[in-house]
Amino acid sequence: MAAKVLHAFYTDDDILMNAVKKVRDKKYSIEEVYCPFPVHGLDKAMGLQHTKLAITSFLYGCVGLAVALTMMNFIMIVDWPQNIGGKPSFSLMENLPAFIPTAFEMTVFFAAHLMVITFYMRSKLWPFKEAENPDVRTTDDHFLMEVNVGANDIQEVAEFLHSTGAVEIDLKKEVKHD
Amino acid sequence: MSSKIKITSAILIIIGTIGLIYGFMSTPASVDEVTTMLADSHAAHGDTHAVSNTHAEVDAHHDEHHAEHVYDQLKNRPWASIYTAALFFFLLAVGAFAFYAVQNAAQAGWSPILFRVMEGISTYILPGGIVVFVLLVLSMLGYNHLFIWTDPDVVAHDAIIANKVGYLNTPFFLLRAAIYIGGWAFLSWLMRKNSRKMDENFNESLFKKNFKVSAIFLVFFIVSESMMSWDFIMSIDTHWFSTLFGWYVFASMFVSGITMIALVTIYLKSRGYLPEVNNSHIHDLAKFMFGISIFWTYLWFSQFLLIWYANIPEEAVYYVQRIEDYNLLFFGMVAINFIFPLLVLVNTDFKRVNWIVVMTGIVILIGHYLNFYVMIMPGTVGESWFIGIPEISSILLIAGLFLYVIFNGLAKAPLIAKNFPLIKESKHFHY
Repeated sequence: MAAKVLHAFYTDDDILMNAVKKVRDKKYSIEEVYCPFPVHGLDKAMGLQHTKLAITSFLYGCVGLAVALTMMNFIMIVDWPQNIGGKPSFSLMENLPAFIPTAFEMTVFFAAHLMVITFYMRSKLWPFKEAENPDVRTTDDHFLMEVNVGANDIQEVAEFLHSTGAVEIDLKKEVKHD
Repeated sequence: MSSKIKITSAILIIIGTIGLIYGFMSTPASVDEVTTMLADSHAAHGDTHAVSNTHAEVDAHHDEHHAEHVYDQLKNRPWASIYTAALFFFLLAVGAFAFYAVQNAAQAGWSPILFRVMEGISTYILPGGIVVFVLLVLSMLGYNHLFIWTDPDVVAHDAIIANKVGYLNTPFFLLRAAIYIGGWAFLSWLMRKNSRKMDENFNESLFKKNFKVSAIFLVFFIVSESMMSWDFIMSIDTHWFSTLFGWYVFASMFVSGITMIALVTIYLKSRGYLPEVNNSHIHDLAKFMFGISIFWTYLWFSQFLLIWYANIPEEAVYYVQRIEDYNLLFFGMVAINFIFPLLVLVNTDFKRVNWIVVMTGIVILIGHYLNFYVMIMPGTVGESWFIGIPEISSILLIAGLFLYVIFNGLAKAPLIAKNFPLIKESKHFHY
């Protein structure tokens, strides 16, 4: 028997937030919530884990800094230490101020781009990706909460969702989320 | 104001005064004394290079000059240390007030709950400004050699300085100083007065008036602050000039001011005086500390890189002297003002933890004091610098005065502005 899910539609983000809290109090499991725009505090209400994207970005920045300094040390100091306009090319430290602008930009470049790519990979976004939208209205003016019925009585869950202010409730076979 | 702070500030002032007096007493009384002192230290270093007869005379002449030079530096040391401390705390208070004016002009919704703290810190502008002004008057009267351009002998033999006397002359200098200090003290007094009036009976015109005053202050401030930094700090190195110097000094005083706001807020909160301040407010202050620290570093580096890269001798001497004589301090200051806050305050969770913000704040304040130290000392005491009794007691003295004045100011009004239009939003501020 395939797992059954209920799609509850809401038309207001405040009602949605309250509904999420009530559903969580009832210990029903929320599979997913679809919104047309970011609802402030929804992640907290749903009890989602905080993102670690900022930490990855910091590490990528460190990589960028290391790449920049290694590159310039090799090119300007080790490989071919020329006298260019009297700049000291005996060691990295001696000529460091001249390398800082590059090092800074490389740090920002790595931190920003690798973080964005990480975001795409983690949220599985790419061109030609098939949209996972269960209902077109959720991109415009409707909010959708997908609740897993599990072992509960479908009628009971549906009535409960209705009591939280849902304007429409659809019964669906579970769509695979990965 | 708690009696504890009164006693603490009194102790700081007394210890500082004693130390500073000792600093003035222990300067050498005459050039001869310095000569013997230098001879002793030469001997102690085993300085026994044989001097041939022909060189002896030249060397003696050189030694005499050198001793005179060192004598001037040692004489300057207590003056420069009290001047650095006085200027640092004064500009810190001005920086905190500039932040207050920015918050007013921007009609920020998060900060009004902290306005009374900022107003309290800004009460130091007048007394601190008077201390700085008195020191400047004493310098102009020739009690010290902080500003070499005040010495007519030096100007007469120095074409570069002689060309600058149109700007750098005593009456004009003191007039400008009076305008900056007076203007800042007056506008901060006016805003405090309006803010307190709003507590009694609110009317919209008071709010609008403070909005206008803060806008006027910010325009006046950015011009006067820039000129102030040329006058009070850059003119010590009279031969040197830099175009972004005003911004650089501004960043330093701004970040110190914001840090002081955060420290005082956390202190008052820990005493239970600001129950409605939550960790989101602290978080925002810490973000500003973090951001402006990086802004300061950006300006420090921009100034350094441009001069280092082009290496034009007349500009580069400024850094040559600092790197040779103040190496550890000069680069160490960048580490504590940049790398430390960068690594600690980059973390969102850390910015909400009081003790981390306090620790970072203290480090930032020490770092920016050292920044002022490195700006002022090389031109006044040169290689004879040392962070010893005169420097530390100057800091204690001024810090005691500062603490007394700001907590006295804080005690004068309720700690949360009652009728301020944005206060409710600020109380509920959450990030």
